[in-house]
Amino acid sequence: MYVSRSIEIIVGLFVAIGFVAMFFLAMQVSNLSGFNKETGYDIKASFENIGSLKVRAPVSIAGVKIGRVTGIDFDSESFEAIVTMSIESKFKQIPSDSSASILTAGLLGEQYIGLEAGGEEDSLVDGSKLELTQSALVLEQIIGQFLFSKDGAE
Amino acid sequence: MLNYFQSLGASSLSVLERLGRGSIFFANILLSIPSVLIRPRLLFSQMYSVGVLSFSLIVISGLFVGMVLALQGFYTLSDFGAEGMLGVMVAASLVRELGPVVAALLFAGRAGSALTAEIGLMKATEQLSGMEMMAVDPVARIVTPRFLAGLISMPILATIFSAIGIIGGYFIGVGLLGIDEGGYWSQMQAKIDFNMDIINGLIKSVVFGWVVTWIAVFEGYDAIPTSDGVSRATTRTVVHSAFAILALDFILTALMFGDI
Repeated sequence: MYVSRSIEIIVGLFVAIGFVAMFFLAMQVSNLSGFNKETGYDIKASFENIGSLKVRAPVSIAGVKIGRVTGIDFDSESFEAIVTMSIESKFKQIPSDSSASILTAGLLGEQYIGLEAGGEEDSLVDGSKLELTQSALVLEQIIGQFLFSKDGAE
Repeated sequence: MLNYFQSLGASSLSVLERLGRGSIFFANILLSIPSVLIRPRLLFSQMYSVGVLSFSLIVISGLFVGMVLALQGFYTLSDFGAEGMLGVMVAASLVRELGPVVAALLFAGRAGSALTAEIGLMKATEQLSGMEMMAVDPVARIVTPRFLAGLISMPILATIFSAIGIIGGYFIGVGLLGIDEGGYWSQMQAKIDFNMDIINGLIKSVVFGWVVTWIAVFEGYDAIPTSDGVSRATTRTVVHSAFAILALDFILTALMFGDI
C-alpha cells in the first residue's frame, strides 16, 4: 500500500503533539518539576498524636516549604508515631535542636509540619531526629478539656 | 414457563459464544502483530484515519469540557472561598476521569464506528474472502494495523484532551473569573501527583483504547454481510464500547484510587 509523504508527516505531527501534551501534564500540571528525591535528606520526629497528617504533606519553616512528609510509622514500644520527612538539600543549615509541630493550614485546611529553628550551631543531617515535638491539636480533645475545666470551676 | 428458561439459556449461550469468538479473534490479532511491525506503513496510514482525523473533535471537546468544569467548579468553590482550588479540581477531574473516559467515548463514536463500518463493508463486498483467495491473511493485512493504530492513538488523544481541558479551564478561571494565575498552577502542581494521577490516567486510556478497538474490529469482522447487518454491527460497536468503557472505568478507579 502506498502511503503518501504528507500522511506520514501528519501522523508524525500528531504523535509529537501527544508528546507535547504529556510533557505539559508532567511539568506544568503535576509535581514532577519539583521532584528531587535524590538530593534531599531525611529527618525523623516522633509525635504523641499526628491527627490526620498524611504522607506527602508539606514541611515548612517560617512558612516556607522546605520538604515533604515521606513516611508515617507507629513505634510499638513508645506508642508514638514516627514521621519521616525529606528536606530539600539546599536547606541544610537548620539547627539540630529545632522543634517540629503539626499545624493546620486555615480552619479546614490540611495538616502540615511546621519547624521552628533552634539556637544550636550544629545542623540537621541525614537520619537525625528532632527531639522537641508538639502533637496535632485534635478538636474533640480541646472541647473535652474545655468542658472538663468548666465543671471543675463550679 | 420452560420456554422462558429456554430463551434465557439460548441468549446466555449466544453471549458466551460471541465472547469466545471475540477472544479467539483477539488471539489471532496478537499473533499477527509481528507481520505488521515489519511493514509499519500499513500502521501509519491507519494512524491517520483513526487518530489524526479524531484530533479536531478531541481538541474542541476537551476545550469545552475544561471551560464548563471551570465555570461550574467556580460556582461551588466560591461559596467556600476556595476559588484557588479551581485548578486542582479541573486538573484532577480531567486527568483522572474525564480525559480518558470522554475521549474514549468520543473515540468510540468517531473512530470505532468507522472501523466497524469499513471492515463490515469489506466483508459484505467479499473483499476479505478475495484476500483469502490470494493467500493474504485479512487479519494481518486489514484488522491488526487498525487495532494497533487505535491502541496507540487512544492514549495520545486522551492526553491531548486533558491538556487542552486544563488550558480551557485556565482561560475561564483566570481570564474570565479573575482567579490568581499563580494559584491556579501552583495549587495544581502541589496536589496532582505524576505517578498517582497522570500515569494512572494514561493506563486507563490504554485499556479503553484496547477495548474500543477490539470491539470495533471484531464487530466489523463478525458482521452479517448485508447492509442491515453492517448497520447493526456499527450500532453495537458504539453501544457496547460505551458500556465497556464505563464499567471498566469503575473497576479501574476502584483498583487505583479505592484505597485512599
